[in-house]
Amino acid sequence: MRRNLVSFGVLLGAYLLFASLIRVATGEFSFLAAANLELVLRQTAIVGTASLGMTLIIAAGGIDLSAGAAIALATVVVAASLNAGLAPVAAAGLGIAAGAAAGAVNGLLITGLGVVPFIVTLGTMLAVRGVAKGLAHEQKLDAPASWLNGMLAALPPARRWLVFPPGVWLMLLLALLVAVLLNYTRFGRHVLAVGSNQDAARLAGIRVDRVKRRVYLLGGTLVGTAGVLQFGRLSVGDPTVATGLELDIIAAVVIGGASLSGGEGWVLGSLLGALIMTTIRAGGSQLGWSNWVQEIVTGLIIVTAVAIDRIRHRREV
Amino acid sequence: MTRLPFPAAPALRMGAIVKRFGATTALAGVDFEVAAGEIHALLGQNGAGKSTLMKILSGAVAPDGGSIQLAGAPYQPRDPLAGRRAGVGMIYQELALVPHLSVAENVYLGMEPVRSGLLDRRAMRIGAAAALAELGAEGIDPDSVVGMLPIASRQLVEIARAVAAGCRVLVLDEPTSSLPKPDAERLFLTMRRLAGRGNAIVYITHFLEEALDVSDRFSVLRDGQMVATGGTAGVSTQDLVTAMIGRPGGAVYPSRSRTPGEPLLVVDDLAGPAKPRRASFTLRRGEVLGIFGLVGSGRTELLRTIFGLDPVRRGSVRVMGVAGPASPHSRWASGVGMVSEDRNREGLALDLSVADNLMMSRQGSAWVTEARQRAATSPLIDRIGIRTESPFVPVGRLSGGNQQKVALGRLLHHDVDLLLLDEPTRGIDVGSKIEIYRLIDALVSRSLPPKAVLIVGSYLPELLGLCDRIAVMHRGILGDFVAVAETDEHRLLLAASGAPV
Repeated sequence: MRRNLVSFGVLLGAYLLFASLIRVATGEFSFLAAANLELVLRQTAIVGTASLGMTLIIAAGGIDLSAGAAIALATVVVAASLNAGLAPVAAAGLGIAAGAAAGAVNGLLITGLGVVPFIVTLGTMLAVRGVAKGLAHEQKLDAPASWLNGMLAALPPARRWLVFPPGVWLMLLLALLVAVLLNYTRFGRHVLAVGSNQDAARLAGIRVDRVKRRVYLLGGTLVGTAGVLQFGRLSVGDPTVATGLELDIIAAVVIGGASLSGGEGWVLGSLLGALIMTTIRAGGSQLGWSNWVQEIVTGLIIVTAVAIDRIRHRREV
Repeated sequence: MTRLPFPAAPALRMGAIVKRFGATTALAGVDFEVAAGEIHALLGQNGAGKSTLMKILSGAVAPDGGSIQLAGAPYQPRDPLAGRRAGVGMIYQELALVPHLSVAENVYLGMEPVRSGLLDRRAMRIGAAAALAELGAEGIDPDSVVGMLPIASRQLVEIARAVAAGCRVLVLDEPTSSLPKPDAERLFLTMRRLAGRGNAIVYITHFLEEALDVSDRFSVLRDGQMVATGGTAGVSTQDLVTAMIGRPGGAVYPSRSRTPGEPLLVVDDLAGPAKPRRASFTLRRGEVLGIFGLVGSGRTELLRTIFGLDPVRRGSVRVMGVAGPASPHSRWASGVGMVSEDRNREGLALDLSVADNLMMSRQGSAWVTEARQRAATSPLIDRIGIRTESPFVPVGRLSGGNQQKVALGRLLHHDVDLLLLDEPTRGIDVGSKIEIYRLIDALVSRSLPPKAVLIVGSYLPELLGLCDRIAVMHRGILGDFVAVAETDEHRLLLAASGAPV
């Protein structure tokens, strides 16, 4: 617990330092102002929501490279459903289900074939992207406007009392649920045990394969939800969207203090990780940094964050 | 390699060595001397200071006081490499070999001979062969890949590495804990041979019988002080235990008063994927059965098949009269728990907490909170004497003995009726061993209803001390169980090595 507090301090400190740097440099843009925090959170919501599922998967010792493709698939499914005349709620439900199905396939292949998650999800990354392209006939699908487009849009004046748009609230609510699941339930203990040492978990009577299948199913569900948010932002079903986004999602989880060797995961940290990455992007643009500078800085931050975490670990043990 | 004649000064003399870590004194002025040509057993419980003393000798840790001499010359290594160059070779329990490289490449790892900028492979091969010959291990091909060698041969490669580096003081840290008996015997011959050539050998072990058999002299460390040293002639294991724990130990093994009840486990003509090939027996409530076998005999596989980790090929396993489908999950559900021989790989999740590990098989409720975990584990931690600051410390930070108590504690938390224990005291100190022996006995003799225990192992004194009946496993086939009173070490060893009984 104390470790989490320390990590929280480090991450928040990094965020605030960066934000204040930008304020000093530009003299106008304040990341502390509610409006700007809202902007950053809106841009974080997609990676943030997907990172919740990735946190579970990584805590269980797995990885999911197909997350970006599954987000694209979800946007296509939502758009196609709306075009077919379904209600937005049903369309969103099907989008989430598409993500969940991708996750379920990952889980079944990993446990059924005994192939490592990296390889399985590398394969499904291509396959799911292919399914999305096939469904959309390799085109962007325009869809009629609906309330889904308001999930991540700036709030209209009449609904300012919400403070954040509904998509951000959804992310925060899901984060709370996943955090409780991971830290305060039997299932969460089993996830961490499988990630820490799956042979020991099996010997202790934990049904390791079942835990993994559930973790990938949950992860896929959250990725599908991120896909619905992605659809809402662009209001098109785009089979080529979110290419490479899985790496941002994994980076967010890793910056947040999870170990890729499994056994630990920290939901709030993953969200802060996602927030830090968005801040660099948004702040970098504010500072007038070129894209290539932003990429170098993002890369350095990922490595630095993980290095700090390793050093702290070594001191603890 | 040129060898000097035996020097007059002892090969190694450590004088008044002091080492403090913060407020704790690990070594409080320890004297330690080993003569050339001598095998010297260094004994003591975990935490007594053995490893600190050896780390100082190797150069890994700097002492706060005292001095060291090698063959009369002052020796102050800055790091392990300097120690090795000065002639101190360490052979650790966890072998430090690179499995993908050849024997010769491993022998010369870190000191590769180079000729005109390129590796001198010929010199490496010849040097490695010479070092192996010095050990009497001509059978190991310097070109073979280390990963393909059996563990006993790897150990010889490790020793050859120290010999090739010209080391005259060799420290072997628990070299036999993972070796079957015949390999251990061969290693002892090698040690003898090296000592005969004027090397000084420090032999660290938990096997007291072996220590007395093999060594010329012994030293016992306790709480950072050298409490006994002398020749091994006429010394008993009881004397050693007394010195190690600082009081007359009483019996190492608890006395038994057990009455067998109804059968809990009935194994009938069981065969697994490759091993076991045939096993039948009945284990009753209030009984401790032992299965003795060498590495590769199928003893571990038998336990794994019973526990549902390996599939059943033929025959049946009935737990409390029921022969259901076998998986670890269903075994726990019907009151069977298992402790694996490999604590790190399979027994514990080292970076999870003590509480998480104790409760891994049974959480109690779907909701897990610190308060509930504390309430569930604190009494257990006290009862079995797990020394930890709190239930929420990662179990990997505990000593080996305490980790083993956690592994065993999981079975107690689950409150199983039947305990399957694979080498339950491997690699832990005497104090913890005795505590575990008492615990096992209490579970079978004094709890209500009494538990049943099946112990699998390769350490005979322990099996004879703990069990009511013992059977021998050989080449996958389990022999008949015999009451301990009607057998002895000699007969069991013969049976385990395949001789007709």
